[in-house]
Amino acid sequence: MDGAEITPEVLPLGQDGVLVRFARAVSPQASAAVARFAAEAEGLAEEVAPALASVLLRFDPGRRTRAEVVAGAEALLAAQDWGGLYDPPPRRLWRVPVALEGEPLAEAAELAGLTEAEARAELLAAELRVRAIGFAPGMPYLGYLPEHWNIPRQRDLTPKVPAGALVVAVRQLVLFPTDTVTGWRMVGRCAFRPFRREAEAPFVLSPGDALRFEAVTAGEVEALEGEPLGGAICEGAA
Amino acid sequence: MSVLRVLDIAPGVTVQDMGRPGWIAKGLARGGAADRLALLEAAALLGQHHPLAALEMAGAGGRFAVDAPTRICLTGARMKAEIEGRPLGHCETALLAPGEVLRVGGAQAGAYGYLAFAGGVLGEEWLGARAAHLLAGVGRFVAAGDDIALGPDDAPEAAALVLEPEPRLGGGALRVMPGPQSGLFAPEVRARFFGTEFSRAPQANRQGVRLDFEGPAFESETSGLASDFITGGDIQMTGDGRPYVLLAESQTVGGYPRIGTVIAADLPRLAQAQAGEALRFQEVSLAEADAAWESEAAVQARLRKALRPRLRDPRDIPDLLSYQLVSGVTGGNELEDE
Repeated sequence: MDGAEITPEVLPLGQDGVLVRFARAVSPQASAAVARFAAEAEGLAEEVAPALASVLLRFDPGRRTRAEVVAGAEALLAAQDWGGLYDPPPRRLWRVPVALEGEPLAEAAELAGLTEAEARAELLAAELRVRAIGFAPGMPYLGYLPEHWNIPRQRDLTPKVPAGALVVAVRQLVLFPTDTVTGWRMVGRCAFRPFRREAEAPFVLSPGDALRFEAVTAGEVEALEGEPLGGAICEGAA
Repeated sequence: MSVLRVLDIAPGVTVQDMGRPGWIAKGLARGGAADRLALLEAAALLGQHHPLAALEMAGAGGRFAVDAPTRICLTGARMKAEIEGRPLGHCETALLAPGEVLRVGGAQAGAYGYLAFAGGVLGEEWLGARAAHLLAGVGRFVAAGDDIALGPDDAPEAAALVLEPEPRLGGGALRVMPGPQSGLFAPEVRARFFGTEFSRAPQANRQGVRLDFEGPAFESETSGLASDFITGGDIQMTGDGRPYVLLAESQTVGGYPRIGTVIAADLPRLAQAQAGEALRFQEVSLAEADAAWESEAAVQARLRKALRPRLRDPRDIPDLLSYQLVSGVTGGNELEDE
């Protein structure tokens, strides 16, 4: 079993949470099910949040019981087949400048069985989706790259990658909002920051947004650091 | 509005309130006080409608002065404190007047002490709360020389009150409910976990607390596991199979397997454990965990009913003659339920 089958489970997460998990492992099918379920679950709980393969329904136990939330989730699950779904069309498309270079990129390419040039081309060709936002505020998990990008973590942690670092992690790309320690390989660097503490709308991305990376040089990324969105452009997509 | 002058401060002091719920989908944990019960106690003592922001002190306090009379109290960790030679007890209100210096020392028991003011700490508001959330770059440690805005105290002369705090200092048993990944741990691993005596490791902060123990790692099935939601109280087994319990300022998703979740009522006991103090976990069912849930409004109402007038030994009162000793008049509503 590789954990990728779509077998929805309704599970407890704390005294005020119900977690609907579609699969144990990440996959485009699980994420499509997550996106559909999260859209339809509005109103079942005080807070509905999608992650890679699960949806969290956080409820106020003073206003509704766990049994009510679970019954609502189970009714939604019973209403359709959750395997074999596709992503809905994106509401927004982000184009984000990135400098793809460095020693870890060469390493990641080799682990994926690609030349560095092929790796770069695949990263730029992928139309990615924001599959989850989490770990740190505003931090996107972007997926999915082709199966051969399912590469292991480094043996050791990198003590610090800079804010704007793009790392590759189990067919996903993660864009770090702040300096961080990581076990994943840094394949690029952006001036785009998905979390802007001082802004009116501090969280820039939403789950389901589409995102493409566009190649620039390291010097161009430096120059874009002062721009409000680090040179990223958002298009409302049909 | 009045001002709190920070004359001197220990490391690790931040402004905390009940945090910012509702941002899980954006990657922001609720945050707020590590010991939420301590802010509920302070709110009951100071007659706040709901808990206002206070200073959270990670093990030691500082010296403080105000420019307008205000009632204060200390809750959470038991810290030695005095105002110009008058001892300030744990969980009791006192008046701090301009020209006086409040000294708050180190924690004698517990890890997080709270210095609360009747009108609350104002500080900067972000997304509806004033709590520092250092992981998100929100707020900062309080520094010597800071002037911090306080809300006004509209009844500084109200009679002093005292509350018997819920016992939670010094470690002990923590109830654990099942979580989405409990089944990844074999029954014998779970049984060993619930039979193990842990102690709080030196590594602890507002994100979480690491635990030490004797014995082999707590292993689980982890291959191919997608990162999933985390909630406060989750007991995560890091790569080396050792527990790390997540607190208020945790990450919102993570990839390590979690054996279960410490229920909300017992998180203050975990947060207040000092390094080396013994902790153990007690398995409860989902139904038992849900039955143990109590809204924070209900907790505050319960605490309000438990308030008592502060009776002091007259020998501890240097300015005895300035007190109104006859009528016992209070502000009127401190002892009533809402």
